[in-house]
Amino acid sequence: MNFPKELSYSESHEWVQKLPDGTVRVGLTDFAQSELGDLVFVNLPEAGDSMEIGDSFCDVESVKAVSDVYSPLSGTVSAVNEELLDAPQLINESPYEAWLVAVEDVSEFGELMDAAAYEVFCAQGH
Amino acid sequence: MGSYVPSTPAQRAEMLAAVGVSTLDDLYRDVPRDMLLTGENAAPGVSELEAAGELRAMAAKNHVFGAVFRGAGAYDHYIPSIVKRVTAKEEFVTAYTPYQAEISQGVLQSIFEYQTMICELTGMDVSNASLYDGASAAAEAAAMCRDRKRRRVLISGAAHPMVIQTIRTYCEGADVPAEVIPVRDGATDLDALKAALKDTDACFYLQQPNYFGVIEDAAAAGGLVHAAGARYVMGVNPIAAAVLKTPRECGADIAVGEGQPLGMPLGFGGPYLGFMAATHDLFRKLPGRIVGETTDDAGNRAFVLTLQAREQHIRREKASSNVCSNQALCAMTAAVYLSAMGPGGLREAASQCYAKAHYLAAELGKVPGFTLAYPEAPFFHEFVMACPVPPEELLARLEAADILGGLSVEGGVLWCATEKNTRADMDRVAAIAREVAQV
Amino acid sequence: MKLIFERSVPGRSSALLPACDVPECPMPEDFARRQALHLPEVAEIDLSRHYTELAGQVFGVNDGFYPLGSCTMKYNPAVNEEIAALPGFTGVHPLQPIHTVQGCLEALVTAEKLLCQVTGMDVMTFQPAAGAHGEFTGLLLIKAYHKSRGDTGRTRIIVPDSAHGTNPASAAMCGFSVVNVPSGPDGCVDLDALRAAVGPDTAGLMLTNPNTVGLFDKNILEITKIVHDAGGLNYYDGANLNAVMEVARPGDMGFDVVHLNLHKTFSTPHGGGGPGSGAVGAKDILAPFLPRFHAAASAEGYVFEDAPQSIGSVKEFYGNFLVILRALCYMRTLGEAGMREASQMAVLNSNYMRVRIAPHCRIATDGVCMHEFVMTLSELKKETGVTAKDVAKAMLDEGMHPPTMYFPLIVEEALMVEPTETESKETLDAACDAIIAILERAKTDPAAVRSTPHNTPIGRPDEVAAARSPKLRCEFS
Repeated sequence: MNFPKELSYSESHEWVQKLPDGTVRVGLTDFAQSELGDLVFVNLPEAGDSMEIGDSFCDVESVKAVSDVYSPLSGTVSAVNEELLDAPQLINESPYEAWLVAVEDVSEFGELMDAAAYEVFCAQGH
Repeated sequence: MGSYVPSTPAQRAEMLAAVGVSTLDDLYRDVPRDMLLTGENAAPGVSELEAAGELRAMAAKNHVFGAVFRGAGAYDHYIPSIVKRVTAKEEFVTAYTPYQAEISQGVLQSIFEYQTMICELTGMDVSNASLYDGASAAAEAAAMCRDRKRRRVLISGAAHPMVIQTIRTYCEGADVPAEVIPVRDGATDLDALKAALKDTDACFYLQQPNYFGVIEDAAAAGGLVHAAGARYVMGVNPIAAAVLKTPRECGADIAVGEGQPLGMPLGFGGPYLGFMAATHDLFRKLPGRIVGETTDDAGNRAFVLTLQAREQHIRREKASSNVCSNQALCAMTAAVYLSAMGPGGLREAASQCYAKAHYLAAELGKVPGFTLAYPEAPFFHEFVMACPVPPEELLARLEAADILGGLSVEGGVLWCATEKNTRADMDRVAAIAREVAQV
Repeated sequence: MKLIFERSVPGRSSALLPACDVPECPMPEDFARRQALHLPEVAEIDLSRHYTELAGQVFGVNDGFYPLGSCTMKYNPAVNEEIAALPGFTGVHPLQPIHTVQGCLEALVTAEKLLCQVTGMDVMTFQPAAGAHGEFTGLLLIKAYHKSRGDTGRTRIIVPDSAHGTNPASAAMCGFSVVNVPSGPDGCVDLDALRAAVGPDTAGLMLTNPNTVGLFDKNILEITKIVHDAGGLNYYDGANLNAVMEVARPGDMGFDVVHLNLHKTFSTPHGGGGPGSGAVGAKDILAPFLPRFHAAASAEGYVFEDAPQSIGSVKEFYGNFLVILRALCYMRTLGEAGMREASQMAVLNSNYMRVRIAPHCRIATDGVCMHEFVMTLSELKKETGVTAKDVAKAMLDEGMHPPTMYFPLIVEEALMVEPTETESKETLDAACDAIIAILERAKTDPAAVRSTPHNTPIGRPDEVAAARSPKLRCEFS
């Protein structure tokens, strides 16, 4: 299981990456993708949609389940990773490159952990 | 009298002992006493011989007409013998939904073939595994088109009244508005449609041919709908679809229809078949089951129920439809029918429907007082004709001759002819009409 | 095996229609189809053999034991098929004059009377085509009822988390928001959670009883009273009625509206996924809102009536009539006594399998169950890696249809077993022996169980590939 140091993590298993230009990328962690199994589709929001801490902003489908993805921040979607629409398996293959959305005008972050804390959190079976 | 229970009294006693209770009633200890039925006055059933006799007596109280000139949503076409032979196979009849793909390839492949045929018939890209009937398919199609901004559903007033009613009922359930576009000269008033279309409209539903039999200018309607940014849903007759411009050629986003003409008996209204096909960009919004092709662990071609994360058993209240059962055996009926007829046979049936309806209209039109209600409008195998006497009089005379005449509607009688109707029968209809008109 | 399209040879056809006996009438060019039409071109023998081959790759009730929980795969009596194929029924146009369809209407009225007796309801509509369609219809009745009283604030439907997915999906289609209430591990409603959930916004409760874990909720009268006291109505999901026919009636339990799956409880065949029939019964308070075309007796014979404040129609015409006929024939054959016996034996068969399997696998509930029970394989999975799905696949090799997998959602690694009353003790014993053997093999040789099935027409299909790159039709070059 991989926990890159430069990222922050939420308790609902999203990673958060702050980019130099002020936008923030959000994706699913390695732990999340392994729990979800082979993903077959991602329902992404649209650019311009607002995101609120704790609200579901997209969902991911495996063969026999659909799971909500919860927002670790509040802001506005500036871009979605359209590559995932044709290749949802990228989340399984390289979860930290397969970002779901880029967010701008971030007003607030939810409670986030660093990589070490998140690794412990996962090890505790959350 | 029977209950189809094979276990003998001795076996029942053995099983009760194994379970650790002494009577069958003991199994219901959680049922509150005051609602528990004792079975003391439970009426017995009757033997198979008697039950079949009762039902046969009911069947005998119906009249099956020797010739049918009535359509209006249910059509009397020839059903090839092979259709009934194949679809009566007990494996197909007694199977459940093909959840276990390894032992359900027969059903899954038959649905995959059906999906392909519906795509071919409509010219569309993707089809689901079927829905309940044409009306509920139209209502489901309208629901597919709704999003946060576009809610209202527009319906052609020339659609079948029961389809309009069903779409309305579904819309009322979902608390979304539905508006009916008026009819002019037997066809949808396209000027009224253009004027009605707003940027909050989800879709427009057009029936082709329409309830009055008229062939609509479906491509023009589609242009108006798309110019307003809404989706275009066409309800098509599947026999006519073999020869008329396809929904794809008319620009439809979704094609639906009543599949009964494809080998299903009239059956007093059901079970029939709702078919639905759409353009590729809408495939994830299709309601109900969908079969897809894949491979098994040895690399062989295999079929499975797929895209299931759309469905109610996974998405629950977020699912866009609650559809679970479909009409699988009716879908198979349609596939066998289409295979038996082949492209040539289907076109032949369609062109005979067209030719015979036009012959009937011409023959009736020779009788004084019988004039087409919409003389300028092209029609397929149904048409409305004025009747110089109260329609009930004419229909009663036809009934006495074992002929089911057309349906009495506003403006006259809605007649239908199919490949089953003979020239002799049509001449009899015209002769009786002449007699009635001359009295 | 080949697709029907792969058997197609250009120019092949059958002689089915006579030559046209009226003058040819060419269609105007501007309406004419230009798109190609790829339909199979086959001889009748090709078609016949194709479907015979397909039939060899299907498993129906007539092929073997089918304990698919929640689906009530009982035997489909032959006489019912014969009746539904009578030309006096199949040849009747739905819009014929009413005096020419008196037998059809008599059948509907008779079926209504019998089903009202079984359910304790006052009226019945046969228009809904399937169970989920019945749910939709029943909820529309509830919505119309509140609306007619000006009680417009009732926007929420309470659904336990053990419910079938159709329940919340139907509620959403009717514009209701869904309140999920947790159930206890036995699938019974948590009364405190229910009391906390009800209020002036409660439109109703949807409940399956016996519940999806296979227990009759002993608090049923308290549950329906809580909802009624809050001003809501109670909806009975009839998926599990096969446990209680002529033993207990939804109408006596406090339910106001119920849907029945005639293709489950009343023996009509499933046809590989349909057609079914989702008849809906209601108490008198909901009768004014019934869908159109309700068959009734009158002084002039049988007629169709429209309810004064009808919700309209949920489909064309009057329902899946030929399916209703099969159910009617079934009910006449069994009578009340036979239906009671059927339910009692469904429950006995289920309990017999339960006590035989219980020593080898944990059952989700303790003690006597109703017509089905749920095995939970979570411990087996932890110990051996063998999942409920693996055990199900191993059953395929034993010539039986597996139970329902992974439902209800509140039970981990669930296999839901519903033997039905039409199976003999010998069949149950053979199935139990096979299941127990698989469970033992899972402990000694888990890899062998995980690699099943081997004796089926195909091996396990790649469902991930099917969903990632959907191929939903045959393409023609």
